[in-house]
Amino acid sequence: MRELLVIFFAGVLLNNFILSRFLGICPFIGVSKRIETAAGMGMAVIFVMAVASVITWAVQYYILVPLDLGYLQTIAFILVIAALVQLVEMVILKVSPTLYQALGIYLPLITTNCAVLGVAIINIRENYDIIQTAVNGIAGAAGFTLAIILFAGIRERLDFAPIPEALKGFPLALITAGLMSIAFLGFTGFKLAALFGL
Amino acid sequence: MSVFSDFKNGLGNENPTFRLLIGMCPVLATSLAVTNGIGMGIAATFVLVGSNVIVSLLRSFIPPKIRIPCFVVVIASFVTIVDLVMAAFTPGLHKVLGIFIPLIVVNCIILARAEAFASKNPVVNSLADGLGMGLGFTLALTLLSAIRELLGTGTILAAPDFGFPGIHIFNKDFAPVMMLLPPGAFITLGLLIGLINTLTRRKA
Repeated sequence: MRELLVIFFAGVLLNNFILSRFLGICPFIGVSKRIETAAGMGMAVIFVMAVASVITWAVQYYILVPLDLGYLQTIAFILVIAALVQLVEMVILKVSPTLYQALGIYLPLITTNCAVLGVAIINIRENYDIIQTAVNGIAGAAGFTLAIILFAGIRERLDFAPIPEALKGFPLALITAGLMSIAFLGFTGFKLAALFGL
Repeated sequence: MSVFSDFKNGLGNENPTFRLLIGMCPVLATSLAVTNGIGMGIAATFVLVGSNVIVSLLRSFIPPKIRIPCFVVVIASFVTIVDLVMAAFTPGLHKVLGIFIPLIVVNCIILARAEAFASKNPVVNSLADGLGMGLGFTLALTLLSAIRELLGTGTILAAPDFGFPGIHIFNKDFAPVMMLLPPGAFITLGLLIGLINTLTRRKA
């Protein structure tokens, strides 16, 4: 249990997907102009990353490893994720149209979010078991959500700031992300394992 | 459009990193050293050229409704080739680039070129486009990693895989470590794009 807490906090704060692992930069900058849309994207990512982590883990250990097809990992994972996103979209539309309204437009974008494929590959490379995989998936996505919501908050304020013409938009977004990343570097000093008594 | 202008397009006007602003994750993550940058650039260029050619060859056979999954399978196959080849011949570089090799699959540049260019143009033009885009990407990556490697380590062009220690420019003790950490990547790339915006605006 304590080990899972370590995985969770390490995923959210220490190895934040955006600010220290550089995964999922496109949606981070693309969908962060308003806090509400950023939060919607974050929720959709948490859901998809948690489910995708578990399913790709099962594909790896129940299909690819027994059949000795490890080299097909990349192809298999991306197809599973693409199909999963489609399926999730259809299920949500059927079960809860309100949720679909909220998440709808973000769901198809998630297929090409490298954080999803990234977390699936990291889970396998770290040799996590299925519970650790699920926790790591949720933690990675929670870190993504935290970063994108904070970032959207900063960007809303930047709308009113006098900015040099050449830095408007994308360049300034990158510099802002850099400053946030400095703040998150502060968490590197945390000794999580010791904190949870491991 | 001529083949040459398709090639040139990716290097300048529509440089994927500096102009189209897509495919940023590997640029930020693998720009620690010039050799990493060039290695990543070549890997992506190979995938881009390969997928552009195959998609262009198959463009009249792929049903429009399921084109995206088809493109993804083609791209993923080329990524697997690169992954295995690099693991065999440049194990050091393969280890440093880590998950960013398999993640070429979800690099927006490649799918975007398959969708926007290769699926509508003849093979030769698609090849030129893939090569131009790939080299444009490599160029951007090399530029950013040269700045980060020089300022972060005081040395440039270090290539441990080939036993080359690099050209020593200044003492490592004066090098700001921040350049090698994630913030260095974000801030340097932001300023670099800003600089390029300023230069091109003045010219226009």
